[in-house]
Amino acid sequence: MINVPVRAAAAVLIAFTLAACSGKPAADKSAEATANAPEEKVLNVYNWSDYIEPGVIAAFTKETGIKVNYDVFDSNEMLETKLLAGNTGYDLVVPSGSFLYRQIKAGVHSTLDKSQLSNLGNADPAIAGRVAKAFDTDNAHSVNYMWGTSGVGYNVKKIKERMPNAPVDSFAMFYDPKIVSKFADCGVMLLDAPSEVLGTVLIYLGKDANSEKPEDLAAAEKVLLSVRKYIRNFNSSAYIEALANGEACLALGWSGDVLQAKSRAESAKNGVEISYNVPKEGAVMFFDQLAIPKDAKHPKNAHLFINYLLRADVAAKNSNFIQYANGNAASKSMIDASVTGNPNVYPSEAMMQKLVPDLPESPEFNRLLTRSWTRVKTGQ
Amino acid sequence: MSDAFARLDRRARGLLARVRGRNLVIGIPYLWLLLFFVVPFLIVFKISFSEVRLAMPPYAPLFEQAADGSRMVAIFNLGNYGYLLTDSLYFSTFLYSLKVAAVSTLLCLLIGYPMAYAIARARESTRNLLLMLIMLPFWTSFLLRVYAWVGLLKTDGVINNALLAAGLIDQPLSLLYTDFAVYVGIVYSYLPFMILPLYSNLEKHDLTLLEAAADLGARPVTTFLRVTLPLSLPGVVAGCLLVFIPAVGEYVIPSLLGRSDQLMIGRVLSDEFFANRDWPVASAVAIVLLVVLLAPIMLFQRYQNRELEAARR
Repeated sequence: MINVPVRAAAAVLIAFTLAACSGKPAADKSAEATANAPEEKVLNVYNWSDYIEPGVIAAFTKETGIKVNYDVFDSNEMLETKLLAGNTGYDLVVPSGSFLYRQIKAGVHSTLDKSQLSNLGNADPAIAGRVAKAFDTDNAHSVNYMWGTSGVGYNVKKIKERMPNAPVDSFAMFYDPKIVSKFADCGVMLLDAPSEVLGTVLIYLGKDANSEKPEDLAAAEKVLLSVRKYIRNFNSSAYIEALANGEACLALGWSGDVLQAKSRAESAKNGVEISYNVPKEGAVMFFDQLAIPKDAKHPKNAHLFINYLLRADVAAKNSNFIQYANGNAASKSMIDASVTGNPNVYPSEAMMQKLVPDLPESPEFNRLLTRSWTRVKTGQ
Repeated sequence: MSDAFARLDRRARGLLARVRGRNLVIGIPYLWLLLFFVVPFLIVFKISFSEVRLAMPPYAPLFEQAADGSRMVAIFNLGNYGYLLTDSLYFSTFLYSLKVAAVSTLLCLLIGYPMAYAIARARESTRNLLLMLIMLPFWTSFLLRVYAWVGLLKTDGVINNALLAAGLIDQPLSLLYTDFAVYVGIVYSYLPFMILPLYSNLEKHDLTLLEAAADLGARPVTTFLRVTLPLSLPGVVAGCLLVFIPAVGEYVIPSLLGRSDQLMIGRVLSDEFFANRDWPVASAVAIVLLVVLLAPIMLFQRYQNRELEAARR
């Protein structure tokens, strides 16, 4: 008697599997069909947290009538997992260079239709050139949104109290156990971004930041393990608030994030003074790129939004607010002097030469790296 | 003659209709299990034998063209399971997860049993109120309730401040990010799953059995150990499984409250998936977890079958 439901269920199983197998081409067809149809006035954006001037989206909607659904993430890994699974529903995403490179290889992103990007002339050729060389040949799939460095974010008063002559412009702040141990009590945080943090350790050790030699990884892991007990935690977004409210006094963080912590503390008037330095040893440079996934349902709106972000006044507004350097040469004259004049945001030419991009790693090295990262985080 | 046939026909049809109705009723849960358990399981099982690819989705298909393009070859890679054996991380996190789940289950049982007993023996009118109180926390989001524990346990949190103010301690205790915090979180979250099956069992006990035991000279402790406890075993087993199984794979509670130097398997699974983007190894971890969890479920099933048979006899 049980046979009947089992058989019926088996039939459903087969039907389901067939549907699952044929699901992909059907989706492709529907994407083709919508390509020429007028798009509904909606745009789904997935950007980094704390990474836009809040008024910009409203202004874009007012101008174009396109409603923006704005969603945020704080890790490239999370973004990539979603993108590789497909059907994210996002029309515009902002991966960093090395991740973008892998995603282009995996066939995630569509090539940009540059005829729809009239403001592309505003782009900074120096930045676009670096991206084209390392990650996205001919800048075919992406436009630079912001770029920056990872360096030393610190609470001026608390560091001075504990070590008056602290080398605040050096990675030694994190990677020399004798130094970092002095700050363990007031809260030390590192980014939870394995390849980038590895790059900073390798720079500190005087090695190539993008080395994939197992012995270099082992040396870096040794350094990280030797300071592990002084590090309170690893994260890539919560440190902004922690620095701002004095819960943390030292963070390996992204340039603009630390400067946002600084302005948050200033506006809170809590007596916390935050500063950011690009380490003198050099630093890892990241590029956050605007890209459109192939399965985006509103690619035209996404192009419109990229073009809007490329407008010099909009780019300046964003950089003034989030305090990151943008890849928009035309906007530079409109950005506050406090941002453009800050060598830790717009580094000197000499420092620019010392900045290394975080290049994509091979899958084999990625596995070694994440495993090593787990060991570091768990302190084993 | 034809009359007899008609009668037979009618009877046969009736039987058929009845059978069909029953099948329909049985079929629905079967279909449910199939769609939401068997199919996902097979998909995960399939992926666990695949290889990582830089593609969408990021693993190799089951069949693909051979390098020379002449024929289709099946990708069947046992290496993902081998990998779990070579790296001690997986073994130690499995062990830690089982330990945490076992201790939490025991704590839930020790706390939940007296509560369930008290509710089952309470007056009918208060019983419903007490049950309501057990279920009331479910009206708030699970995530929010766990976050609330962060506020309670953290260094300058409610508990530490209260203890400091009372003068019981002069240094704040480090409660958050410890095993203790994980146990608190799991026991707090899963206690209702222990209490409810225990209650529904204890409530059905025939109280005259206790009187009979007392009449025969048994003291309350003996009565409990030899009458109530054995009778409530099915409830104990059900409650323990309902706590143990989700606790082993728990992700949210240890992430928010637990140590950063000891991962639970749920965290490892998510790291494999999100940080390594290695779906095949993540799938292999999931399959192994399932196999580990299947053992207690099957034990329970066998126990239940034996009970049923005993009841029939």
